Parts: sequence; structure tokens; C-alpha cells
Amino acid sequence: MEPALLYLATMLTLAGIYACLALGLNLQWGLTGLMNFGPLGFLAVGAYTAAILTAPASAQHMGGFGWPWYAAWPLAALAGALLALPIGAIALRLRADYLAIATIGIAEIIRLAVRNEDWLTGGPLGISGIPRPFEALGSPLGEFAFLGLVAACVAGLYMMAEATARSPFGRVLRAIREDEEAAKAVGKNPGAFRLAAFMLGAACMGLAGAMMAGFFKFMGPDALDPVVATFLVWVMLIAGGSGNNRGAILGAIAIWGIWAASDFLAAQLPPELATRAAYVRLFLIGLALQLILLYRPQGLLGERPGR
Amino acid sequence: MLELVNFYLIPGLVLGAIYALAAVGVSLIYGVMRFANFAHGDLMTFGAYAALFFVAGFGISPWAALPLAILATIPVALAADRAFFQPLRRSAPAVLLISSFGVALMIRAVVYLAYGPSPESYTRGFTPPVFLGEIRFQLRHLYILAGALLVAFAVHLLLAHTRAGRAMRAMADDPDLARVTGVPVAGVIRLTWAVAAALAAIAGVFLAIDTELTPMLGFNVLLAAFAGAILGGIGRPWGAALGGLILGLAEELSSYPWLGEGPLLEPTYKAGVAFAVLVLVLIFRPQGLFRGVG
Repeated sequence: MEPALLYLATMLTLAGIYACLALGLNLQWGLTGLMNFGPLGFLAVGAYTAAILTAPASAQHMGGFGWPWYAAWPLAALAGALLALPIGAIALRLRADYLAIATIGIAEIIRLAVRNEDWLTGGPLGISGIPRPFEALGSPLGEFAFLGLVAACVAGLYMMAEATARSPFGRVLRAIREDEEAAKAVGKNPGAFRLAAFMLGAACMGLAGAMMAGFFKFMGPDALDPVVATFLVWVMLIAGGSGNNRGAILGAIAIWGIWAASDFLAAQLPPELATRAAYVRLFLIGLALQLILLYRPQGLLGERPGR
Repeated sequence: MLELVNFYLIPGLVLGAIYALAAVGVSLIYGVMRFANFAHGDLMTFGAYAALFFVAGFGISPWAALPLAILATIPVALAADRAFFQPLRRSAPAVLLISSFGVALMIRAVVYLAYGPSPESYTRGFTPPVFLGEIRFQLRHLYILAGALLVAFAVHLLLAHTRAGRAMRAMADDPDLARVTGVPVAGVIRLTWAVAAALAAIAGVFLAIDTELTPMLGFNVLLAAFAGAILGGIGRPWGAALGGLILGLAEELSSYPWLGEGPLLEPTYKAGVAFAVLVLVLIFRPQGLFRGVG
């Protein structure tokens, strides 16, 4: 019984981390219409910030600050937002697809940097021994407590995102998304509002990165795969329903469930077939995205009409 | 000086020619359909592996396999358009962009399934360089440059001197005006996909001849293709060709020791040059060298 529960807790923890990413992307794309194709970059910056601040000293990378997680995680969120500031300031005043291209670029640059700046990130070896919150409680209690922490973060971000969507600020964001000229006509500055939403979403991604570093207790360049860190988040949000925060969380849990289950099934196959199964899965997830866009563009839960 | 020409300028021209072909494809699709096609890189990959299939299967050279690779890549683009892009044509460009990201993954998955993740190459062994006085280069580099020039000329003829090419440019300039003046939109879109897919296959095969084949071949140069297209003015094929050429040169020349002993930019960061150029263009001249389409 206990191993099964522990497995479930692990899966739910990862689903929760993805939910934070999807909530961040929903603030950017769902609410404001900003195409961020580089969640990976913001996740990585948050993950490495938290890793460097909390991991024990090592000759292989910067570190040894010994910060507790509750001090490091807000800084990871801040790092995500700070990365979003210059790229947003440049690309947000231009047409929407330029932001998509620029964010793909920033994600690739971050990947290059973590692989090559050994003094800071440990290069290909990465950073290991990152403490996980509550691991002192032992297993399985520590895992459950960490799951509780992640769940609390998801709940917190959800409430923040809901409050944002309902606030006058959120109404302006929707207005800009729907009709920029009209928003301008009533005296709103679309650029500033977009930048704020972009940074807020990036902060969620930075925080998700910190959680991921804590969960795996390790962060390295191989853990940063655009398919898993960027594309999957998009599928989650679109499947769940962009513009709807509950949809973002539901999509994260559902898609992660399918992803993890297919992993589990593939592991039962002989090794040669198992690698092939991963490629089939990649094809199917791409196809699933197409089918959702074609037949249910609003996702599982559509955007609720604004109040 | 000779070192600059041999090890930086010639490779830069070759890379620039390949980027130019990729950027023209991206720019054509953007001009006619108004969306950034993220699947273009993976169409390049598909073309390169299609050529590998014929090279390995029939023992022909990659140059002979190139026309076959083009013929194999065009139906992929047309099928993706028919199945996924066409029904979304009336949606926001953002939706098409997301869809193209999915198509990119599907193409890549097929390549992974067929050939696996390890690098492949068309030929084995080392080919000695050719000397022209003091200038040294690989013969394949000469062929790639000549091939790219030929392709650029063909695209120029198509766009400037045929009815179909004029229709494509008319759609890029003003889609609504083109529609009401009787341009056969569906046909022009199919033709654009065919030309873009052919350009992608050629760029992919050239890149694989110059380096090696991996399933990430095309995706790795997608950013450079977009940066080249935006630098030239998006939707302007001639601008994109120039933009791609500048980008390739910039990428190779960036690691020349211009100041002092070491390379100006560590070669590991070469891929960052495209991003730097993109950022500079977006700051100082977002409309590109030649004013891009709206």
C-alpha cells in the first residue's frame, strides 16, 4: 500500500509543479494573449537560483549560501520576473508572434549558458544535493509534506491569478487582448499592462523551477528539455482551457497523468521498444494538440465570461 | 588575413547561404499566410533524412538524392496544411503558430522513430580540402554556394516573372485586395507551401552535407531562420535571403579573434548570435532592412 501511495504523491507533486507553470502561462496567454514559447527559460532561471542559494558548497559551482527554501523560493520567482523584464520590454511593443520567437530564443540562450558557465551552474554536471523542504521528516512523511507545500503554492497562485483576473487590472488585460485600440482609447497603456502580466506569469514559472529543483534534489542541463518544459505546458493549458485558471490546473493534472501513465506502460516493454514508445508518445501528444485546436478550441473548461 | 578567409569567411558564407534558404521559406509562409511557421525547422530535418533514405538505400550521392528529398518533403507540408492549418485559417495567427509547433513535434517524432537520436552522415571518412592559391576550402562548400545561388535565382524568377509569383506577392502585400481582385487564394497557398517545403528540404540537405544529421538539425537553426527573416523584413523574400546571409557571416565571424588573442565570442555561444541580432533588430529596426509586411 505504502509504495503505491508514495508513487501517487510523487505524481501529484509533479502535477502540482506543472499546474504552477500552466497558471503562469495562463496569465500570459490565456488572460493577456502573450505567446511565450520559452517557459523553459524562466523555469531554468528559477530552478538554478533556488539551487545555488540552497545547495551545499561545492567546487563545481557557485553555492554554499545555505539559504532555507522559504527565503530562496521568492527569489527564484523574482529571478523569473527579472528575466522577463528586458525581453518583454523589447518584444511586447511589437506584434504578437515576435514575442514567441524571442522567447524561444531566450530559452535557448539560457540552455547554452547553464551548459557552459561551469563556475555558476556546474555546467553539464549540474548542481546536486539540493535540499528538499521537509526531507528531515523522513520517508514517506517528508514526501507528503512536500506535496502539501506544492499544493499550497498551487492554491496560492490560483487565488492570486483569480484575484488578478477579477481585478480592474485583469479587466484591462482582457480588454487589451480583445481590442487594443479600444483599451487605448479609454486611456490605458497596453505596453505597461502587458509587461506586468508577462512578468507576473514569469514569476510563477520561476517559482515552479524552484519547486522542481527541490523535488529532484538536482538540476542540470539535461533536465531542461523544451518538449517537457515548454510544449507540455502549452498542451496542458490548451487542453484545460486557456483563460480559465481552473482549466489550467485541471489540464496540468490530466495531461501529466496521461504522460506519466504512458511512461509507466512503456517501462513494461522491452528496452528497445520502450525508447520507440517515447517517440510514439511525442507524436501522439502533437496530434492531441491538433485535435483539441480543431475540435475543442476552448479546452475542457472554456473561459468564463468576465464579470 | 588568410586565416580569416579560410576559417571564418568561407564557412560563414556557406552557413549564410543555408540560413538564407531557410529564412526565405519562413518569410514566404509569413507573407502569404501571416503566421510564423515553427514547423519549418523540422521540415528541413525531414528533407535531410529523406535524402539519407535514398543515399543509404540506392547508394547515390546526396546531391542526386536532393530532388527526391524535395519530392518527399512537399507532400508532408501539403498534408499538414490540409489536415491542420487550413481549418484554422480563420482563427488568430497565434492559433496557427501553436498548431505549427505541434506539427513540428509530429515530424520530429517520425524522424526519431525511423532513425533514432544518434547523429548520421551521408558519407564516411575525411575529404581533403582544395587549394586555390592560398585559399583553402572544401569542394562541398563550393557546391553548396553554387546550389544556393541557383535556387535563389529560381525563386527570383518565380516571384518576379510568373503569374503565380506575382499572386504570391500580391497576397503578401494586401491579402484582402488580392482576394477581391480574383487571386485564386487556395491555389496560391498550396504553391507557397510547395515552394517553402522545397526550400526547407534544400536547406536541410545542404546543412546535413556541411555538418551531420540529427533529429534536432532543423530546430536548432529555426531561430536563425526567423532572425534572418525579421532582419530582412518579414514577408520579403529578398530581404530574408540577405538577412540569412548576414546572420551566417555574423555567426562565424563572431568567433574570430578581432580583439586580442582569444575569440571575440566563445564558439560555444555561436548559436547566441542569432538571438543577439534578433534583439538588436527588434530594438532598432523592427520593420527590418526592407519594410516587412503588416
